[in-house]
Amino acid sequence: MGNMGTKGRRRMARAALLLGAAGLANAAMAQERPIAFTDATILTMAGERIENGTLVIADGKIAAVGGNVAIPADAERRSAAGKLIMPGIVDTHSHIGQVAGADRSGPIQPEVRAMDSINPMASNIAKARSGGVTTVNVMPGSGHLVSGQTFYMKLRKGNTVEDIAYRWENGAAMGGLKMANGTNSQRGEGGFPGTRSKSAALLRTALTDAKTYCSGDRKKPDLGKETLCEVLSGKRLVHFHSHRADDIMTVLRLKREFGFNVLIQHGMESYKVAGELVAAGVPVSAILVDSPGGKLEAQGARLDAAGVLEKAGVLTSLHSDDGVIDSRMMFRHASIAVRAGMSREGALRALTINGARQLGLDDRVGSLEPGKDADFLILSGDPLSVYTHVLETWVEGEKLFDRTREQDLLMATGGYGAGNPMEMAYYHWEFAEGEGAQ
Amino acid sequence: MSKFVHFAAAAALAVAISAPATAQDVAIRGAQVHTMAGPAIENGVVVIRGGKIAAVGPAATTPVPEGIDVIEAAVVTPGLVDARSVVGLSGFLNQPDDQDQLEESAPMQPQLRAIDAYNPDERLVAWLRGLGITTIHTGHGPGALVSGQTMVAKTVGHTADEAAIVPAAMVAANLGEWALANGGKSPGTRAKQIALLRAALLAAKTPDTPAKGGKDGDNGTKPAGLDTQVLRDVLAKKLPLMVTAHHAQDIMSALRLKEEFGIDLVIDGASEAYLLLDQLREANVRVILHPTMARQYGELQNASFTTAGVLRAAGIPFALQSGFEGYVPKTRVVLWEAAIAAANGLAWQDALASVTIDAARIIGVGQRVGSLEVGKDGDVAMFDGDPFEYTSHVTGVVIDGKVVSRTPQ
Repeated sequence: MGNMGTKGRRRMARAALLLGAAGLANAAMAQERPIAFTDATILTMAGERIENGTLVIADGKIAAVGGNVAIPADAERRSAAGKLIMPGIVDTHSHIGQVAGADRSGPIQPEVRAMDSINPMASNIAKARSGGVTTVNVMPGSGHLVSGQTFYMKLRKGNTVEDIAYRWENGAAMGGLKMANGTNSQRGEGGFPGTRSKSAALLRTALTDAKTYCSGDRKKPDLGKETLCEVLSGKRLVHFHSHRADDIMTVLRLKREFGFNVLIQHGMESYKVAGELVAAGVPVSAILVDSPGGKLEAQGARLDAAGVLEKAGVLTSLHSDDGVIDSRMMFRHASIAVRAGMSREGALRALTINGARQLGLDDRVGSLEPGKDADFLILSGDPLSVYTHVLETWVEGEKLFDRTREQDLLMATGGYGAGNPMEMAYYHWEFAEGEGAQ
Repeated sequence: MSKFVHFAAAAALAVAISAPATAQDVAIRGAQVHTMAGPAIENGVVVIRGGKIAAVGPAATTPVPEGIDVIEAAVVTPGLVDARSVVGLSGFLNQPDDQDQLEESAPMQPQLRAIDAYNPDERLVAWLRGLGITTIHTGHGPGALVSGQTMVAKTVGHTADEAAIVPAAMVAANLGEWALANGGKSPGTRAKQIALLRAALLAAKTPDTPAKGGKDGDNGTKPAGLDTQVLRDVLAKKLPLMVTAHHAQDIMSALRLKEEFGIDLVIDGASEAYLLLDQLREANVRVILHPTMARQYGELQNASFTTAGVLRAAGIPFALQSGFEGYVPKTRVVLWEAAIAAANGLAWQDALASVTIDAARIIGVGQRVGSLEVGKDGDVAMFDGDPFEYTSHVTGVVIDGKVVSRTPQ
């Protein structure tokens, strides 16, 4: 950093951007010939552990994976001997990208979109990638009953939020809707609720009004209600921030009444109502924190929560809530779950396929299966060992993190300049370009 | 050592080993015993009598007196030492009535004592204890120019006085963004922070002036305020000044203060310390480094997981800390912070030292805790595997010879 060469390259990177180089984010252009990673230990998260396995990727997708697969004649072979390959992490709840949502003008703002606030140059996106995260549900905060639409981010190379979006079939950016109950949204002024009952009443009123609107002619469009129509039709998943067991039960009551799809976010006390969650078919995006408390609703935080949910049969993922937990600490998160009783396999599923299923993205990511996106990690060893490092992160067939590159390592460990959003992101891409985008 | 002392020590040890078992007697056998005072012992044993370590050595050659409970563990270490915490002043509920780590009525209040606010029944104290932490350096937090004093406590005891092993350990100061005041109040800038500190230290240095019209019987001198008395202890090096500083320029400001006033300086936080290795070494200061996983935002935007390893390589004495947390989780756990340092360039033994003997020395209790040596406090942590692997458990904790936890966590 700081020498003329670096500055020069940064200038070049900026010039390239001005000339429209953002189109390079198109994954299809990135990988020209198939690559076969051989001799690896492979955790596909869709079957048994494979020793001395091969992963073949082509056109940004997984072409083949297994212990005995045919390697295309034109494929580039890379030995991954002594290394472990597994799917990229799906983080079901994060605040990377300097995201914001609703403002203080009211408690229910479904028309607000996270994507309109996200800075794709924020270095914490590159940091997350260095920790093995490839898909993220980026959420607005929890200070509202409805704080806005969430954004499903693919951590591919990109300079605009459009570049890093998952998309519905109609091309619109994909996401859920963030709701919250409990204390965070209770302000007791400015139209905000002062009690739990009032929180539920306000939400029920909004959903009831939307129901009427959605069944009408909708000629005079209402952005917020349009969003709630997507919720009521089951298209848009509700990410419901809820901690206490009784608050979680309120969510289940709302779900029964209005029939939306919902994922419990945090669910600090979800272990107390695991049976009810199973019966309702409601999954949990869980977080395990280093100590209980920090807020009244987190009094009941327990390290064994994810293990209890797993045993009860609740589809459970683990999330960072970055910055509560740094995105680079996801494997540590899984290890803590194992420490407190979750199975090793279950904890790794909670980082990958379970989150993909929860977000409805399991047809594309979360496991290594032919046809899915080539989003995978090369690790130096056992994913649940603290001494293991993510060596490479590949997204849609492109190597976007390589621990041997100096600027990538800066993202992985932190250090001088790692917190600077714009400068580092520009440099990061330019550097990756220089490496031939592999 | 004279022959007499040799004889007395041997006699004392003999008594200790042959005396009937008390509530503070226990032996711990470990497949690996990390004494932190020499190489690890394979198949070792630690014998604790009357709360103090009476013997440490290979199980084959170290007799365990009859009638003493023996606990087995895969890995045995000294009880862990957290070099900087606010636990006990900052409670887990995070409500106004359990947050006593920061008083904001004035920028400089060195007279505030930790012991007057420490709650030994705080749930976070028990949380840390269950995870092997037996000694904490806790007290006033960052957020004010001089926030108050710290103390060193064991993570047991029903009263603050019982828990404290050093009731007044250091005076906590803070330079940089966190200690800036808003709304036209001082200190509103970094320069003003230093001006205020220098003025206070200079005032404390100046002898008390005789008061006019002193009454018969007194010496005519108005006694200095409590705050000035504490700063005089700082000037006399009776109390180290622990300055929380993250940016390199704030660390340099602290070094200038040391130079000017000759104080005993401890740098706390120090996320940009890797930029100042020569300066820190030359100034001969010790560092209580931020938690390895401290959020790399704001004041810590340049922090790195690798700084512990860099400081060690540069020969700068440092320890790890749990620090202050304003939200969830309400405290970190130094065991887990050391683990990340060990995975990012700090050698395994050095990582363990950063939360045992090195931490104990830096907070001034190295003669009493931090290693498994004869005569030291009987504080032990037990593990069922590598302590730094998150999948391992703390299987037992002993403080002053009393078993305080046997529940694996």
